[in-house]
Amino acid sequence: MIRLDRRAHVSLAARIGAPIAAVIVALALAGILIALAGAPVLEAYRRMLIGAFGSRLSITETLTRTAPLILTGLAAAVAFRARLWNIGAEGQFLVGALAAAALGSQHGLHLPAPLLIPALMLGGAVAGALLLLGPLMLRLRFGVDEVVTTLLLNFVALLFVSMMIEGVLKDPLAFGWPQSVPVVGDALLPKLLPRSRLHIGLLVAVGLALLVALVQARTVFGMESRAAGLNPAAARFAGIGLTRILVLVACLSGGLAGLAGAIEVMGVKGYVTTDLSPGFGYTGIVVAMLAALDPIGVVFAALFVATMFVGADSMSRALGVPSFIADVIVALSLLAMLVALSLANYRIRR
Amino acid sequence: MSAPVVLSLEGITKRFGSLTANDDVTLELRQGELLALLGENGAGKTTLMNILFGHYTADSGRVVAFGQELPPGKPRAAIAAGIGMVHQHFALAANLSVIENVVAGTRPLLSLGLGAGAARKRLVELSARFGLAVDPDARVGDLSVGERQRVEILKALYRDARILILDEPTAVLTHQEAEQLYATLRGMAALGLSIIFISHKLHEVMAAADRVVVLRGGKVVAERAASATSREELAELMVGRRVARPRRESQEPGDIVLEASGLDAGGRLKGLDFTVRAGETLGIIGVSGNGQATLVRLACGLEKPSAGRLMLYGKPVADPNPRGFVAAGVGRVPEDRNGDGVVGEMALWENAVLERLREPRFSRAGFVDRAAGRQFARSVIERFDVRGGGPDSPIRLLSGGNVQKLILGRNLAEAPKLLVAAQPTRGLDEGAVASVHGEILAARAAGTAVLLISEDLDEVLALADRVQAIVKGRLSPPIPVAAADPRRLGLMMAGIWEEAA
Repeated sequence: MIRLDRRAHVSLAARIGAPIAAVIVALALAGILIALAGAPVLEAYRRMLIGAFGSRLSITETLTRTAPLILTGLAAAVAFRARLWNIGAEGQFLVGALAAAALGSQHGLHLPAPLLIPALMLGGAVAGALLLLGPLMLRLRFGVDEVVTTLLLNFVALLFVSMMIEGVLKDPLAFGWPQSVPVVGDALLPKLLPRSRLHIGLLVAVGLALLVALVQARTVFGMESRAAGLNPAAARFAGIGLTRILVLVACLSGGLAGLAGAIEVMGVKGYVTTDLSPGFGYTGIVVAMLAALDPIGVVFAALFVATMFVGADSMSRALGVPSFIADVIVALSLLAMLVALSLANYRIRR
Repeated sequence: MSAPVVLSLEGITKRFGSLTANDDVTLELRQGELLALLGENGAGKTTLMNILFGHYTADSGRVVAFGQELPPGKPRAAIAAGIGMVHQHFALAANLSVIENVVAGTRPLLSLGLGAGAARKRLVELSARFGLAVDPDARVGDLSVGERQRVEILKALYRDARILILDEPTAVLTHQEAEQLYATLRGMAALGLSIIFISHKLHEVMAAADRVVVLRGGKVVAERAASATSREELAELMVGRRVARPRRESQEPGDIVLEASGLDAGGRLKGLDFTVRAGETLGIIGVSGNGQATLVRLACGLEKPSAGRLMLYGKPVADPNPRGFVAAGVGRVPEDRNGDGVVGEMALWENAVLERLREPRFSRAGFVDRAAGRQFARSVIERFDVRGGGPDSPIRLLSGGNVQKLILGRNLAEAPKLLVAAQPTRGLDEGAVASVHGEILAARAAGTAVLLISEDLDEVLALADRVQAIVKGRLSPPIPVAAADPRRLGLMMAGIWEEAA
């Protein structure tokens, strides 16, 4: 009989080694598919690396992609850690983007740049948080499963954005394309490097990851939300208000996802379209899982996922392998990560 | 003893890493015998039975059943040789009927139908012969725990078991169900079955077994006929030193600490009246499920009474909540220590301070003072002899006894004015029971008022000054423990209070 025994201590090496091993296994498995597509496997991966890091342009593009993924990854990680199953980061991202565009347009707030940028970020975060508080209230009041409600709200949010950018927020100068009015020049995020799309949103994202890590490890709120997630009954017995914790966690999680949307508008595009997000919200869930819900790990997981997506585009152009291979690699690494985490946490005994 | 030997274990040794779980264990079981395997948690009882049943492979030694050596690591061979095992956690499918559960796994995979007619006849016959009454068509999910255990035993018998192994069979049973089980087992032994049951409870070993084998640290340390030994001797053999449960000294109680008058809780409790004074222990006895859980919730500040008053130190509690109770000096020991008492994945120190986290000594401006938390945990570990880990170990690594010592310790370190203790020693082994009892008595001697809610009559008799029984949400009038005898307590728990008074 095979049994899984819980390990008493999981070493740091095992915790860091698990995701690395998972990625290697995923790349090996995806290699089979690349070979089936008729391309040389090693060459394909070389092209991918070049595509992601081979030039100044590609590096900045990869990092530009990383920033929103860090934020949506954090959004999923903080929620999951408290057992709040927020699958709605995609919708929260979109309403956050829309809020930033609306508040940052000519008809929005009139503030000097140093105040306008934080105000728009806050506006996006508030919009995202509000979108998550609805499903949370339904769960607390009526026991409605938030997995369902947050997931379905993604489509509501997408259609709402579509309605707005075809309607009141439509840009009259866009030759009829469905896009929102642009934000004013003062609302655009300063670039990190000139002549690139890389903006200070990356610093904001990394800074927030460090902040979330600090909050989780050192504060009363961090410890109480961890207890509430791990054992709600014991948390209640110890006098921790579960409702309060969940509301705060929802504000944080929805806020991070909404902020990601605001930053993407202010840093990259300047306006909202319905295809603003190539699934940043959903991919954030994968990022969080790859990072085993660790806030610092989220930064590295987001970088890995961004590398795969940016790199796969260029590999696809060079070798004719469909760029969907990036999705396959990310999905495989998630599966491999789940196995690797089990192996790190449990010992197989016969 | 001339009955033939049906099962023998010869020189069984099993190591897990550096731990020797079984060290050269030899024992014999004779036909028609009821053998108790007694030992504390971690003494190697369950490992030994898993080797016998083929779940584990021994490093050395052999198992012989009915004269044939069993191949190691093959549960099917053990079943074929006529050995049946009833695990502590039942392996039954709740949504299937009794007969489906019993038959499952005995039919070839590709056969049509269950052969229900023949199976039913056999099952009815078995339950009549061995006194294991159960309705073959009842859904297992609807059965009581005691009935499910009967189904497990029937399952083994249906597979022609002539040797039955029961792992801690009474751990999940109420007192009455346990009594019934002993009677059933004795009847089965009289009909020629041979039975081993594993236990760490002295009274049931004394009540049920013919012969007792005591295991300690993986070794057989003694073998006694049940008629030729005593609880005290077995306790000493099992623990390896004299364990006298501490005695209660009489003392004069002080002021009223907790007073309930006409306490109702939405139909689950009706008009409860009781008082607990400083330096006094009030024991609440009763069969499980009569409202104890709700009473504990009220006394721990987890729930508001729907009517009536709860008064602490003579003042009504306006807005009961856990933090307020802790701040007011109420120590709380929940019934489900792993479910409500601790967060298994969190460190020992985090569990030590969780309910006091917002006090200024453990956090400032929202930041946890981890040094202060660890220091508090270290002092609890040292003073209350918590073993199995340091302040940073996850608490799930600790044994039940040590978890309970931590829970008691984090409360008693603060010299509470009131201690609410629900089933404080359930599932603990003899050594841990003695130390938990010692701590509760020391708190009482130091002037703490103790509200003890327990189903264990021996425990209540040992610790309480006064006893009340809870029956269907109502409390009997109190009697002094000096006037309590088993008959009287039995009447109280049955709700026949006039006769008991």
